[in-house]
Amino acid sequence: MSKLMKLNLKVWRQKNTNSAGNFEEYKVDASPDMSFLEMFDVLNEQLIETGKEPVAFDHDCREGICGMCSMVIDGRPHGPKQGVTTCQLHMRSFSDGDTITVEPWRANGFPVIKDLTVNRSAFDRIIASGGFISTNAGNAVDANSVLIPKEVADEAFEAATCIGCGACVSACKNASAMLFVGAKVTQLSKLPQGKPERESRVVAMVNQMDAEGFGACTNTGACAAECPKQIPLSVIANLNREYISAKMNGK
Amino acid sequence: MTLESKIPAGDIATKWTQYKSTVPLVNPANKRQLEIIVVGTGLAGASAAATLAEMGYKVKAFCFQDSPRRAHSIAAQGGINAAKNYQNDGDSVYRLFYDTIKGGDYRSREANVHRLAECSTSIIDQCVAQGVPFAREYGGTLSNRSFGGTQVQRTFYAAGQTGQQLLLGAYSGLERQVGLGNVKMYARHEMIEVVKIDGKARGIIARNLVTGELERHFGHAVLLCTGGYGNVFYLSTNAMGSNVTAAWKAHKAGAYFANPCFTQIHPTCIPVSGHYQSKLTLMSESLRNDGRIWVPKKQNDDRHPNNIPEDERDYYLERRYPAFGNLVPRDIASRAAKERCDAGYGVGQSKMAVYLDFKYNMMQKYGRTEASKLNIANPDDETLMRLGKEVVKEKYGNLFDMYKQITDEDPYEVPMRIYPAVHYTMGGLWVDYDLMTNVPGMYALGEANFSDHGANRLGASALMQGLADGYFVIPITIGNYLSKEIHTKPISTDHEAFVAAEKAAHDRIQQLMNIQGTRSVESYHRELGLIMWNKCGMARSEKGLKEAIAEIQALRADFYKNVRIPGSINEFNPELDKAGRVADFLELGELMCVDALDRNESCGGHFREEYQTEEGEALRDDEKFMYVAAWENKGASWELHKDELKYENIKIQQRSYK
Repeated sequence: MSKLMKLNLKVWRQKNTNSAGNFEEYKVDASPDMSFLEMFDVLNEQLIETGKEPVAFDHDCREGICGMCSMVIDGRPHGPKQGVTTCQLHMRSFSDGDTITVEPWRANGFPVIKDLTVNRSAFDRIIASGGFISTNAGNAVDANSVLIPKEVADEAFEAATCIGCGACVSACKNASAMLFVGAKVTQLSKLPQGKPERESRVVAMVNQMDAEGFGACTNTGACAAECPKQIPLSVIANLNREYISAKMNGK
Repeated sequence: MTLESKIPAGDIATKWTQYKSTVPLVNPANKRQLEIIVVGTGLAGASAAATLAEMGYKVKAFCFQDSPRRAHSIAAQGGINAAKNYQNDGDSVYRLFYDTIKGGDYRSREANVHRLAECSTSIIDQCVAQGVPFAREYGGTLSNRSFGGTQVQRTFYAAGQTGQQLLLGAYSGLERQVGLGNVKMYARHEMIEVVKIDGKARGIIARNLVTGELERHFGHAVLLCTGGYGNVFYLSTNAMGSNVTAAWKAHKAGAYFANPCFTQIHPTCIPVSGHYQSKLTLMSESLRNDGRIWVPKKQNDDRHPNNIPEDERDYYLERRYPAFGNLVPRDIASRAAKERCDAGYGVGQSKMAVYLDFKYNMMQKYGRTEASKLNIANPDDETLMRLGKEVVKEKYGNLFDMYKQITDEDPYEVPMRIYPAVHYTMGGLWVDYDLMTNVPGMYALGEANFSDHGANRLGASALMQGLADGYFVIPITIGNYLSKEIHTKPISTDHEAFVAAEKAAHDRIQQLMNIQGTRSVESYHRELGLIMWNKCGMARSEKGLKEAIAEIQALRADFYKNVRIPGSINEFNPELDKAGRVADFLELGELMCVDALDRNESCGGHFREEYQTEEGEALRDDEKFMYVAAWENKGASWELHKDELKYENIKIQQRSYK
């Protein structure tokens, strides 16, 4: 059994969307083998036992794939390690005696619901505006009748691994959602099945993205640097290309 | 009430086609007048909601997560089966059907399973059409791999993230219908009561988890696509929020719960590392394509695995089951691991783990192939390792990364340590051929029902079932019911049944909040999990189950006296949400033990120590137990109804993978 670490936490507490929030300080003992969220479980159990309100935070699968967990840790979405979500960040990435600051995603498009929990329904609305291929069940031809080169399938897959967590927005000084939108546009525009709606899709998704209050991209690359699934910045270049070409074609 | 499975007459191979051609339909104009509630947005729920909306029905979909895309289907790793026979290795609908029935240890329904196998091929077509980026070969065709319990390659995959890609496909279809106004989506909503009018399901009470408000929703039919109940064990590979609440409320409202004790313990999970642990992480079964499982031949061998020579390793699955080797079904692989660890051959600090080792195939299988592609004659070990590693990385990279992240050990260098963990529940709400529960108008799809996997599910078949039910089964079978409902006008939610259901839900929440005790919800859940794991887990006995029932009853009584739920009702309060779910697990756990105690045989994942062969294999009793145990809730107890299983197409035999 590894030795426990003594940690100081500064955690953002906010009663609800409309109230003002503030940082509260807590002390917690954690094992280096715990995940960051398990450390929060320990904190919450302490709070409940002493009659205080636990910290509300989003989480579900705890294996880095559902995209629900969402903490800004010491100023970085999903914390100091690259390529992992908050739930896959382990306490061995910290040191005994550390003070760790934990905040929610901060963006106009993601209003705080409570404490570290935010509302990301804007992402669903962006997908609903065009992030799909319009095919009804029953229409499909045999799966091997359209051959897709391996490189194309791999490229589409890489973009499709986006978990929709919103770290890209949170990392961006403009709260831009271009990496998220670019990932979906790239996945679907690469595949032959996605070609027929290629132009209408990108225009609709960008329009919805703007309507949700996400900012513009100024190419700082913070989104790709913080993305837990390491979606490359090139999807934004692709998004721009797709958008301009659609616009030139009068969409 | 007698159970009618409503299996259509006729030859197994043509039953479903015949049914589709003759089932009553609802015309497009009438569809627009009919409302359907879909609870849960995993593979089954999202595909059902999208498809029903495409057909013209008015759909309301609910999920407790912040977005329908988060449902736990997203975490499925390895793949999805389909009888495409793209590998020309002798696969067929019949073979998939046969493998599934045998894998389930002859405790599933022939007609349902055959239909599943038939639908499997269309699922792959549908997903590709939606833009699901499955793995492909250089020639552009789809790639396949093997899963347990089969001798063909029929599993389609997208790296180790197949569930994610399939769910995002279904989710995009669902969001398309949301955008078109055909589906109204309610995220962060939890169903906590069924509304029945004149014996039929007519709606639900849902709790808005952000505001705490109770909402009434009417539907001509209610579809529960709410997944499994593995979290009754506290530690499982399920998501933290996965729960039985919707299914349990349906059960309390009259729906029978079938085979509740049929639980799948998955053989390859990362072992428990500490008491604070909140969940267990699966390492996909696909790894058994290339990973070899072993323990040292010597008991309590503390040497580093890389220092144990080949002839001092016991590849016990290859030894015991030469025909299937490392790819035996999950229940068998899990029990074999437990047997070795219990006998003192386990590895790692806790000694409750076995090795899953990739080195041999990395070098000899992939390293050699790559070397010969590059025309390297007589490659040395280092070259083989380097080349093989690249191939393994492409196949399983994300899983290896995840393992390293959790354990701080590099599986490319050191064998993985793995141990079985609760993963899936074959049991669920009893349904007929139409996927309708015994409550008219209430359906259960995907993992939430019991129908297709018998006493043990084969790998890569859960995704297949979820999508078959949602894309291809329910859109047809629901017509059988709704065609008779076209004259039913939407019922006002002021109806007394809605008022009463909302009051029951409200009173229950109030009761929980009023307890104001001292113990956290989590601590009860953890304690329940331990009882279940020790006494209703991988091995069960009459004595243990009887003890477990008494312990669960005592724990439940204590919960209603001493639980502490902070905060208030009308706000975002995850502790309150959890309390409601744990309260239901505290009842379900008892029923699982009751069912396990009643089934005096071993089959699939249900292993009663009293019933085993001399070699320690599960010993079925077909004469007495070839039925689905469907339990009716009677308040403080349950009444058993037997849905007899008939095997007309498959010869029943002792399951053997030797």
